[in-house]
Amino acid sequence: MRVEYVTSNIAIAEGAMASGLRFFAGYPITPTSDILEYLAEELPKRGGVVIQLEDEIASINAVIGASWAGAKAMTATSGPGYSLMVEALSFAIITETPLVVVYVMRAGPSTGVPTRSCQYDVFQVRYGSHGNYELPVLVPWSAQEAFDLTVKAFNVSEMLRVPTVILSDAMLAHTWEKVIIRNPSELEIVNRRKPEVPPQEYMPFKPGEDLVPPMACFGDGYKVMVESLTHDERGYYSPTTEVQERMIRRLVEKVRRNSHLIVDYETYFTSSAEYMFFAYGSTARSVYALVRELRREGIRAGLYRPKTLWPFDEGGLKKVASKAKRVFVVENNVGLMYKEVARVLRDKEVISVGIIDLDVPSPDRIKEVISEWL
Amino acid sequence: MAVSRQVHPLDKYVRVDRLPHLWCPGCGIGIVMSAMLRAIGRRISEGLVREENIVIVGGIGCTARMSLYLNFDTVHAIHGRAIPFAVGVKLANPKLKVIVVGGDGDIAGIGGNHLMHAARRNMDITVIMVNNMVYAMTGGQLAPTTPTGLYTTTTPRGNPEKPINVVKLVASLGANYVARASVTHPALIETYVYRALGKEGFTFVEVLSTCPEMFGRHIGIKDAVQLFMELRGKVKVKAKPSLNESYYDWESGFVIGEYVDKDDPGYLRMIGLLR
Ligand SMILES: Cc1ncc(C[n+]2csc(CCOP(=O)(O)OP(=O)(O)O)c2C)c(N)n1
Ligand code: SF4
Repeated sequence: MRVEYVTSNIAIAEGAMASGLRFFAGYPITPTSDILEYLAEELPKRGGVVIQLEDEIASINAVIGASWAGAKAMTATSGPGYSLMVEALSFAIITETPLVVVYVMRAGPSTGVPTRSCQYDVFQVRYGSHGNYELPVLVPWSAQEAFDLTVKAFNVSEMLRVPTVILSDAMLAHTWEKVIIRNPSELEIVNRRKPEVPPQEYMPFKPGEDLVPPMACFGDGYKVMVESLTHDERGYYSPTTEVQERMIRRLVEKVRRNSHLIVDYETYFTSSAEYMFFAYGSTARSVYALVRELRREGIRAGLYRPKTLWPFDEGGLKKVASKAKRVFVVENNVGLMYKEVARVLRDKEVISVGIIDLDVPSPDRIKEVISEWL
Repeated sequence: MAVSRQVHPLDKYVRVDRLPHLWCPGCGIGIVMSAMLRAIGRRISEGLVREENIVIVGGIGCTARMSLYLNFDTVHAIHGRAIPFAVGVKLANPKLKVIVVGGDGDIAGIGGNHLMHAARRNMDITVIMVNNMVYAMTGGQLAPTTPTGLYTTTTPRGNPEKPINVVKLVASLGANYVARASVTHPALIETYVYRALGKEGFTFVEVLSTCPEMFGRHIGIKDAVQLFMELRGKVKVKAKPSLNESYYDWESGFVIGEYVDKDDPGYLRMIGLLR
């Protein structure tokens, strides 16, 4: 264990190395490039490989290949790059390839303001690919949590054989904070389950009880078929409704049924809160400051802060919000996660506080918007 | 109905439970596949590579479908992205022998950027591009390799574009081995693939092929044998042709042979993963 003063980007790189990262491919993009630069310096010292490829499409496809060759693998990008990656992400989903994507949000649409912050992509990250699937998305609010959730992202992706995304933003990316960087021996590290049967009996897509198939990698002698077409348990193309339904339902169910291993949240003063705030990522930092200010003024405010956006934790939210009179969903966009919160808390008064700010919406600005509701 | 099958010497490298394959009668892809398997088989029997270390990566297309039938670790990846997938495999585990198979659209059209950069890096993988001069799987549309003037479903007035000379492109980027073969000369496909697999760095074999169904049909030669003979008439074999002879033109024909054969350090050596 050591304590360092780092940014979230560097904390993510450190978290990945602590998790056993062995391959990283990326393409430069603000505000993410320093993850590539930092790893280019550090990872080879620990026996890993880092390569800057010709684009984000190449990067994610190489990461999928590396994962099948047995390596823990990661790439990092921002909105424009993620848009290029979504086709291959869908390929990683159908082939159940463990890998981690770091998505540092910057203001869009299009090239937007590359250096500045937003929370516009909370739906794109989850629904950007074609197909019907679940995709875990973890959303840190500090450099320390960026480290911790990166370790978790690798564990989730290895455990469930599903690509997993760390969703950060430009503000967090370059804010320096104190971070406890733990050694692998001080962390719980999960590795993909290997087959326990001989090659003749092995089927690469036959799940265990947890709905996750054990994974043989290239060179293990199992002669696996990694298939982007709809496939049966052998990995053989089967264009029938029966196989399609079985495959889609399992891909979705393995994440949903194991969602207790993924979802997590934190609360502040919610047990006695009349006004509950829902906020995530960098915006939650301002909301936290505001909630404390309101408490000092005698207003019973509280904060529910999800550390994971997807799968959406309906149970956790319902439980925490049960006593709240009013719920404010504060985000640096025009109101996106609000739709999920309003859906889940349909018998409550849920108010969207969407603020567009190239930094983080300030506590004062949020207060201004919500004061008429208090 | 019970069907009896004789054992073929290459059966051990084929997922025979998946036969029959999907290719049309008279398609050239099967010729490439068997020549490639003979080359791989020779390398295995000579102790130069272990069977379990071979990885075959295809993108999407009739050619890339080879990955479904081959009895190795195989990948049926996404259209155009077989090369970066292969790059990730190789860098994560350098002891694997990684072979990319794909059509001209897969490799040089949508995947052209990756081809260029893998060649430039002298990345230690082998790419076998089956060039049937058309997008076959999707029904006979224009490919970047379709010769000027020929008809496809998307160039009903004849192709107004100049085709890409992939041999010249890959050679210009510094790949260690670049050969052009043709399904009309299967023994040469085997020789070139065998050599390509033995070399460090980026190795590339283009194989001119026949697609009677989607290429022949639209240029007016739907009969498989006739199309094969037409291509055969256009192919000249030369042991060590110069790059000036790599011209790519339906009228003047095609020179097949080994265009580049050199031993520059491959990418793995450059980053110290191969000593
Ligand atoms: C991103 C994307 N675009 C388009 C397609 C449709 N598509 C499938 S195969 C193919 C072209 C096949 O041509 P080629 O690569 O030359 O292979 P061939 O079938 O001729 O062997 C296309 C365009 C696809 N699968 N993915
Ligand atoms: S469409 Fe052409 S390339 Fe595809 S299998 Fe048929 S003949 Fe071969």
